[in-house]
Amino acid sequence: MTILSKFKIAALAAGVALTNALPAAHADEQYFPLQSYRVGPYAAGGTGFFGGFIDYLNLINTRDGGVNGVKLTWSEAETQYEVERGVEAYERLKSNPNVAAWNPLSVGIAYAMIDRITADKVPLITINHGRTDSTDGRVFPYVFPLLLNPYSETSGIVNYIASKEGGPESLKGKKIVVLYHGSPYGKETIPIYELLAEKFGFELQQIEVPHPGNEQQSQWLTIRRAKPDYVVLRGWGVMNPVALKTAAKTGFPVDHIIGNVWSNSEEDVIPAGEAAKGYTAITIQASGTEYPVVKEIVSAVYDKGLGNLEDKNRIGSVYHNLGIVNGILNVEAVRIAQEKFGNRTLTGDEVRWGFEHLELDPARVEALGAKNLFHSINVTWDNHEGNGYVTFQQWDGKKWNVVSDWIAPDWALLRPIIEKSSEAYAEEKGIKLRTAEDAEAATN
Amino acid sequence: MSDFDWLFFTEVLVGGLLSGVMYSLVAIGFVLIYKTSGVLNFAQGALLLFAALTFVSLVERGVPFALALAVTFALMVVIGIAIERTVLRPLTNKPPITLFMATLGLSYVMEGAAQLVWGTQVHALELGIEDLPFDVGGVFISQFDIFAAAVAAGMVALLSVFFRYTRVGLAFRAVADDQFAALAVGLRLPWIWATVWATAGLVALVAGLLWGARLGVQFSLSLVVLKALPVLVLGGFDSILGAIVGGLLIGASEKLAEVYLGDYFGGGIESWFAYVAALAFLLIRPSGLFGQKLVERV
Repeated sequence: MTILSKFKIAALAAGVALTNALPAAHADEQYFPLQSYRVGPYAAGGTGFFGGFIDYLNLINTRDGGVNGVKLTWSEAETQYEVERGVEAYERLKSNPNVAAWNPLSVGIAYAMIDRITADKVPLITINHGRTDSTDGRVFPYVFPLLLNPYSETSGIVNYIASKEGGPESLKGKKIVVLYHGSPYGKETIPIYELLAEKFGFELQQIEVPHPGNEQQSQWLTIRRAKPDYVVLRGWGVMNPVALKTAAKTGFPVDHIIGNVWSNSEEDVIPAGEAAKGYTAITIQASGTEYPVVKEIVSAVYDKGLGNLEDKNRIGSVYHNLGIVNGILNVEAVRIAQEKFGNRTLTGDEVRWGFEHLELDPARVEALGAKNLFHSINVTWDNHEGNGYVTFQQWDGKKWNVVSDWIAPDWALLRPIIEKSSEAYAEEKGIKLRTAEDAEAATN
Repeated sequence: MSDFDWLFFTEVLVGGLLSGVMYSLVAIGFVLIYKTSGVLNFAQGALLLFAALTFVSLVERGVPFALALAVTFALMVVIGIAIERTVLRPLTNKPPITLFMATLGLSYVMEGAAQLVWGTQVHALELGIEDLPFDVGGVFISQFDIFAAAVAAGMVALLSVFFRYTRVGLAFRAVADDQFAALAVGLRLPWIWATVWATAGLVALVAGLLWGARLGVQFSLSLVVLKALPVLVLGGFDSILGAIVGGLLIGASEKLAEVYLGDYFGGGIESWFAYVAALAFLLIRPSGLFGQKLVERV
């Protein structure tokens, strides 16, 4: 790390927006405002995700000259993952022209932005996370929890456990403990686990770990006494390595702990050392550098000195690859929207239309150089998640290894619950449910 | 009561007591500063983070363990002296709240500096002590926690000897008792304060290594101060013995409360239970179990 780059981080820490590719009021540019977090407690995840996202945008610019001639631009504002800073960054960045979509990678910031982006008619992408009922595009026209919402994640994890036990019927009589972070994020899946326990007949115990989760002795002693077959770790930050270490300390087998999407990165397992070996976690994107798109990023971006990660060893890490997949989805939404509206700079509402027609089947994913990096997506005007598939990876002490096929969550089971929640939200807010015809119209 | 699982109760209690020792390690750093200068040093967590991050970064760059330890300690001494010179000395005779706010600001500076110098990545820290349990009559006890307790006991013994039998230690006690009287007999307050901050740096290093080995070395290490505050309220801000006893009481009570009362409150109560216990105690005994009662002539 050079002294110059350290001062760059210092400037970010001071809340100064660092412009990597200055947005300008140019007719053939599409701008991505990035509310990133490169300092503070979640900097490791932020630098990886936004690094991957920027690397992909850079690849499109350097390799293709942009999307059909439209150059991609972006600038960053530091949030430190704090909601108020995220909102302030939003207010600051939204004045830039040609905004395509917002990608804050923060549940709290995303929640605070929903009314604002809806009024502005610009998409808000919450890949892998976000509020579950924003899947319903009838109520949330501009919010996209792409690939995986928390309920689908829950269903995917239970389906994986079922596959390990020999099928869904084998879950009957089994005992599963969910160890969740004491926050709205952690508590969001409580009802869906209860529903799935009832459906499959497994015994369920849900145990809260108070934020930040750096003490879990009592929770794991309770788990040891409960003698569950599996523990699902719905953690965040320091809670994850502490959970793995405390599990080892209390004698619970690590290969029977299944992590959720915010417990699946290198940052979650490396601090746990030996205690993390054999730990399995869900993911929507595989890690590693063997995928053609990642190789292209190395050759076309990093080898030319344009890479965003300061440590090249992090190329292909979980958060970096998540950023790349997020880049692919954003760029393809722009490309699809251009097919309808023309190869020019698009409005936010036109990009929204693009996201609502974002269909990337496995063949298209392969053509993009991302075969097995992620499976596929099929977003529609009323399904903003897009039926993403999940897979599971196991930590061997040095790297993650994929240990399952692509698994489909039980979307049919989940949809009515999602609609019930979104319709209640619509009623509370006085929102008229959108129709397919409403969705087809895009303002320019 | 015949159905009561005493073995499990013992396991929770022992686990809580051993966790409490870890809280005490952080609390001792607070006590050292408060005892001699009356400042509640909110930057202790940031110092702990800085020490652990420096140590682990040096080790990862190939510096031998012992040398990394020595270099980090030297750096903590320099930082301690620099803090005294640049932050505290200019604020001499200012109200306690001003000094507290200064240390609050200092904690942010230290956290930012730690990430600026050593980066934002998380690190594993292995001290060569396995964190696996051994079975004592059916009760699982962590080897690492036993090691941490032994280190804490050693540190308390060392500090007690230091305060009681060395010239510097006696000077510390004199300053703690009465700063003006200490000045009158020729003790150099700035030098003593710088030494105290350096000692707090050593405590931060030891606590940082133990907590770092437990949590991983990452930004969240600075949050362990939140575990030390109720310990200080309970034990007293100016008593090392109080920090130990307070840590044990808080550790044991919060774990027992989580296990046996948690369900009645929806779970996840241990973080705030410690503060409730401390607040209740504050009402009964404002100076804590072992803290000095402040008597002022008006």
